Amino acid sequence: MIPLSSYLILAAILFSISIAGIFINRKNVIVLLMCVELMLLAVNINFIAFSHFLGDTAGQVFVFFILTVAAAEAAIGLAILVVLFRNKRTINVTELNTMKG
Amino acid sequence: MSFFEIVFYAFSTLMVVSALGVVSARNPVHSALFLVLTFFATSAIWLLLEAEFLAITLVLVYVGAVMVLFLFVVMMLDINIATMREGLMRYTPFGIAIAIILIVQMIMVVGPEQFGLETFALPEKQDADYSNTKELGRVLYTDYVYAFELASVILLVAIVAAISLTMRRRPNTRYQSPGKQIQVLKEDRLRIIKMKTEDKQ
Repeated sequence: MIPLSSYLILAAILFSISIAGIFINRKNVIVLLMCVELMLLAVNINFIAFSHFLGDTAGQVFVFFILTVAAAEAAIGLAILVVLFRNKRTINVTELNTMKG
Repeated sequence: MSFFEIVFYAFSTLMVVSALGVVSARNPVHSALFLVLTFFATSAIWLLLEAEFLAITLVLVYVGAVMVLFLFVVMMLDINIATMREGLMRYTPFGIAIAIILIVQMIMVVGPEQFGLETFALPEKQDADYSNTKELGRVLYTDYVYAFELASVILLVAIVAAISLTMRRRPNTRYQSPGKQIQVLKEDRLRIIKMKTEDKQ
């Protein structure tokens, strides 16, 4: 049967892939947002695996709330992206330097 | 190899491959579609973990709503892919190196020695009439009802923020103002003038 460690390693691989994705696609804001979604998914896999193996429903409740917050974050992030594109005609991260940060 | 192991390894392979597709696809539309595939594979893994309600929610809410929103925005914005890709190879080795270091470190922490079957035994199978949705709903509406209300407020804030960010007033658009319409008085529109009656022809 499948031990808990297999699920945890799977989530760790997914998390690392999304961190690599943030380094690789450092110019494209949309793909950066998708990588953040992947990270949240990896965290959710951990929560559900522990919830299953410890026999506690609280982990699934946490996943429920993470899904809610992630949906809200995606909606606001994409709205900001649309306004950004309307004003600057680009979503290239290297050209977003008006705040001199 | 049992049926569960075949399902687990098949779907986890699909998940890792499609996640690699998300980060390496040239076109953002392909990235979004690979992300949809990742969510489907993850939902199958969650079904193996007996979290049926969340597996279905992931497909309905994520694939049905959030990813469609992503695809909509990707297709609406006119992105120049060529400028997005330049200077990309410079940082790819860094990203891959950091990912490999992270994977090795995390496997050392969560590997089979710490979380194997000896320390975390397989849980007992639930009865045939056990309902994951019912159990989750019972906990959600009793122990976590305050957090549940807060989640609804967060969604409301997201709606208001998204609409107020993207709404724009165009100065030359013609539209009705009901407030001004009902404030109109008779004197503003109607002028009564005195004049002599005209003769019949």
